[in-house]
Amino acid sequence: MKEHTVIRAVSRILIPFIQLFALYVIAHGDLGPGGGFQGGVIFGASIILYVIAFGMKDGRKVVAEKTSDILNSTGVLLYVLIGLLCLLAGGAYLEYTSLAAFFSGGEHSEHAKHLASHLGIYGIEIVIGITVAAVMITIFFEAARHEDD
Amino acid sequence: MIELVAGKYNYWIYIVLMMIGFYAMIAKENLIKKVIGINIFQAAVFLFYVSMAKVTGGTAPIEWHEAHVYDNPLPHALMLTGIVVSVSTTAVALALIIRIYGAYGTMEEDRILEINEGRDMGDTL
Amino acid sequence: MALDLILLIIIVICAFAAVQMRDLLSAALVLGACSLIMAVIWTRLNAVDVAFTEASVGAGITTVLMIAALSRTRRGEEGGEERDMGWVHDGAANKRFIFRHIAMLIVVLVTMGVLIYGTMDMPDFGDPDAPAHTHVARRYIEKSREETGVKNFVTAVLVSYRGYDTLGETTVIFTAGIAVVLLLRKQRR
Repeated sequence: MKEHTVIRAVSRILIPFIQLFALYVIAHGDLGPGGGFQGGVIFGASIILYVIAFGMKDGRKVVAEKTSDILNSTGVLLYVLIGLLCLLAGGAYLEYTSLAAFFSGGEHSEHAKHLASHLGIYGIEIVIGITVAAVMITIFFEAARHEDD
Repeated sequence: MIELVAGKYNYWIYIVLMMIGFYAMIAKENLIKKVIGINIFQAAVFLFYVSMAKVTGGTAPIEWHEAHVYDNPLPHALMLTGIVVSVSTTAVALALIIRIYGAYGTMEEDRILEINEGRDMGDTL
Repeated sequence: MALDLILLIIIVICAFAAVQMRDLLSAALVLGACSLIMAVIWTRLNAVDVAFTEASVGAGITTVLMIAALSRTRRGEEGGEERDMGWVHDGAANKRFIFRHIAMLIVVLVTMGVLIYGTMDMPDFGDPDAPAHTHVARRYIEKSREETGVKNFVTAVLVSYRGYDTLGETTVIFTAGIAVVLLLRKQRR
C-alpha cells in the first residue's frame, strides 16, 4: 500500500468532509431525510475509508480497539438512560415531552413540550449514530485481513 | 385483465426477486452465495413493504405546505430499521463463514458435510 | 411507470447475475450495484429515508464487508463447471444431483405460485383506501407535528412513537457487533 499516494492524498482531503456530512445528517434528521442510522453509517464509512487507504495499524492509531469497544456499548446504555430520565421526570418510558419538567416547573406550555420532545429526539439520534458508527467500525476492523496474518 | 396486471405487476416482480434469493439459499453450495441469497430475499421483502406505503399522488412523508396527500410513513420507518438489521445479520453470517473457512479450509456446504461424515466414522472406528 | 418497470427488471437481472456468477468478488460487486439501483427505486417510491439508508448501508457497508470476508477466504466457488452442470463422471452422483436440483426448483416454483395467488387479494399498488393507510398511519401524519414537533414523519415514528422498537433494534446492532468480536477477535495474552 506504500505507493498509493493519490488514494492517500484524496482520502486525506475527503475524510473531514465526509465526517462533517455525517454530523449534518444526524443533526437534520427531524427536518429532512436522514437521522442516526444514516449519519452513523456515513461516519463509520469515513473511518473505514481511512483504514483502507492507510492500513490497519495506522487505523488502529486513530480508533483504538478500546475506544471502539467502549463506544459500542455506550450507545445502548445512553439510550436506556434517556428512557429512564423520562421516567424520572414523571412521564412514561421514552416519553420525551415529560422532559419539560426539568426546565419548566408546574404546567408545561406547548413550547416547552416541543423543546423537550426535540431534545429527546436529538439525544436518541445522536445515541443511535454513536452505536451504528462504532459497530460498523468494529465489524470492519475484525472482518478485514490483518497485516500479520 | 389489464387492470389486474397494472395493479399488481410490481408485486409479481418482487416475488420473482424473492424466489431468486430463495433458490440461492437452498440450492447453492457456497456459503457466501447463500448470504447473497439472503440479502436478495430481504431486499424483496423491503420492496414489498415500501410499495405498500405508496399512495397515488402522495408526496414523501415530510411536512410540506403544498402537499395534500402524504405516503404512509410507517412502513418506511420499519424498513429503515430492517435494512440496518440486515447488515448486522450479514456481518454475523460472514464472520461465521470466516471461522468455518478457518476450521475446514472450504466454504462449500457439501464438502463440509463430507469432512464431517469422515470425522464421525473416524470417531466410531 | 415505464421507468419503474425498467429499474425493477434491472434489479431482477442483477440479482440473477449475482446468484449465478462463479467469481464471488464480482457477485458481491453486482449485489452492491443492485442495492444502488434499489436506492433509486426507493426515491421513486418517495421513501427518501429508506433510500438514504440503502445507499449508505446496502451499497456501501455490505459490499465492503463482503470484500473483507472474501479477502480472508477464497475468491471463487470450488468445484468448477462439471459439478454445477451435472456432468460428473460418477453416474449415481450425477443422478442424485439432477434429482436434487429438480426438487428444489419445484419447491421454488410452488412457493412462487402460492405467493402470486396471495397477491390477488392485495390492494392495488397506490390504492389510497388500502388497510395499511386507514389505521395508525393517519394519526402519524395528522398529529405528529403537534405532538413531537418534528417535520419528518418517518423520524417521528422511528424515534418517538416507536422508540421501543428502535431501542430493540439498537440492541440488535450492538449484539451483532459483540458477536463479530467474539467470533473473530484474536486472543492475546
